[in-house]
Amino acid sequence: MNREADNSGNNKLRIWMSRLLQAGVITSVTIIIAGGILFFIQHPGAHLTYNNFIGEPSRLRHVTIIFRDAFTFRSRAVIQFGILVLIATPVMRVLFSLVDFVITKDWVFVVITGIVISVLLFSLFF
Amino acid sequence: MEIFFAVLFFGSFLAGLLGSLTGLGGGVIIVPLLTIGMGVDIKYAIGTSLVAVIATSSGAAAAYVKEGITNIRIGMFLEIATTFGAIGGAALAVIAPTHVIAVLFGAVLLYSGLSSFKHRKEEFIQPGNSVRKRSRLAGLLNLAGNYPTPEGQVFYKVYNLGGGFAMMIVAGLLSGLLGIGSGAFKVIAMDSIMKLPFKVSSTTSNFMIGVTAAASAGIYLTRGYIDPVLSMCVVPGVLIGSFIGARKLMKSKTKLLRIIFAVVITLLAFEMIYNGITKAV
Repeated sequence: MNREADNSGNNKLRIWMSRLLQAGVITSVTIIIAGGILFFIQHPGAHLTYNNFIGEPSRLRHVTIIFRDAFTFRSRAVIQFGILVLIATPVMRVLFSLVDFVITKDWVFVVITGIVISVLLFSLFF
Repeated sequence: MEIFFAVLFFGSFLAGLLGSLTGLGGGVIIVPLLTIGMGVDIKYAIGTSLVAVIATSSGAAAAYVKEGITNIRIGMFLEIATTFGAIGGAALAVIAPTHVIAVLFGAVLLYSGLSSFKHRKEEFIQPGNSVRKRSRLAGLLNLAGNYPTPEGQVFYKVYNLGGGFAMMIVAGLLSGLLGIGSGAFKVIAMDSIMKLPFKVSSTTSNFMIGVTAAASAGIYLTRGYIDPVLSMCVVPGVLIGSFIGARKLMKSKTKLLRIIFAVVITLLAFEMIYNGITKAV
C-alpha cells in the first residue's frame, strides 16, 4: 500500500474509531430512553409548550448539577446526562485520533488535532 | 401530545436518514419541522437540532469510517477552521434576532441548493486530467486518498485547499450562529472547491459536523437552549435513520445522492425564508 492509499486511516484505527462512535451513541441513546421512560412515570400527562423561549432552568444547564441530579434519577437530568454522553462522543473521537497520530509519529497531525481539541475543550468548559 | 411525539419521532428518523445520506446532518429537517411545523421557538429548535446533528454524525460515521469512505486527515485538518468558526458564531448568536437568523438560514440553504444543481456534472470530470492547480499544502499534509466503490478503489487528489479552508471558517460561523452542522457548506467546500468525489465530501462532512456541533453544544446547553424532552423525542429517531442512511449510501449512485442533496436544501430554503419574512412583518 502506498502512502496515498492510506488516508482513510489504517484498518485497525478505522475499526476502533468505528467501535468508539458506536459505543458512544448506543450508550447515550440508552440513557436518554431510560430518562424518557422515567419522565413519563414522574410527569404523567405533562403538558409542554415551546412556542415561547424561556430557557431551561439552571439545574438543566450546568454539567455538575446535571451529574448530581442524574444519579438521583430525576428524569430530565438523566436525559441531559445522556445528551452529555452524546456531546462527548465526537470529542472522544478527536482524542482517539490524537493518540493514534502520536503512536504513528505524525507530528504535523498531532499539532492539528491538538489545536482542535484545545478549541473544543475551551468551548465546553469556559 | 402523543401526536406531537409521534410526528417528532418520524421527522427525526427522516432527518437522520437524509442527513447521513447527504452529509447535511439533519438540522435542515429538524429546525423547520419544529419551527414551521410545530410552532416551537427557534432557540429550542436550534438546541434540539444540534443534539440531532451530533447523533446523525456519530451514528453514520461509525459505518463510513469503518468502510474507509471518510478521509480522516482532511476532516481533522479542516476541523481547525470549523471549530474556531463555530465558537465565533455561537458568541454572535445571542445578539442576533431570531427572524433574521431564519432568513439567513434560508439564504444559506438556497445558495447551497442552487450551487449543488450547478455543479452536478462535476462528477464526470477526471480530477487527474483537470487543468486546476493541485494544492501543494495538501501534498505536504498527505491528504490525497482513495475510497471503495462498486468498481473498486478510486484514487483522488486535493485541489485548492486554501479556498476550502476559508469556506470551512464560514461553515463553522454559520454552524455556531444557526445551530446547524452546516453540512451544506462543508459538502460544497470539499465537492466544488477541493474537487473531492461526492461520497468522500458528504461522508467527510458528516464526520466533521459532529465535532463542529459539539463545539457549540456546550455553549447552547449553558444558555438553556437544549430541552431534555425535545431531545428525548429526537435522538432515537435520528440514530435509527442515520444507521439506515449509512448503509444505503454505500450502495447508492452518486448522481442520485446529489439530486437528493440539491432538492432537500432548495425546498427547505424557501420554507425558512418564507417563515422568517412572515414573522418579521
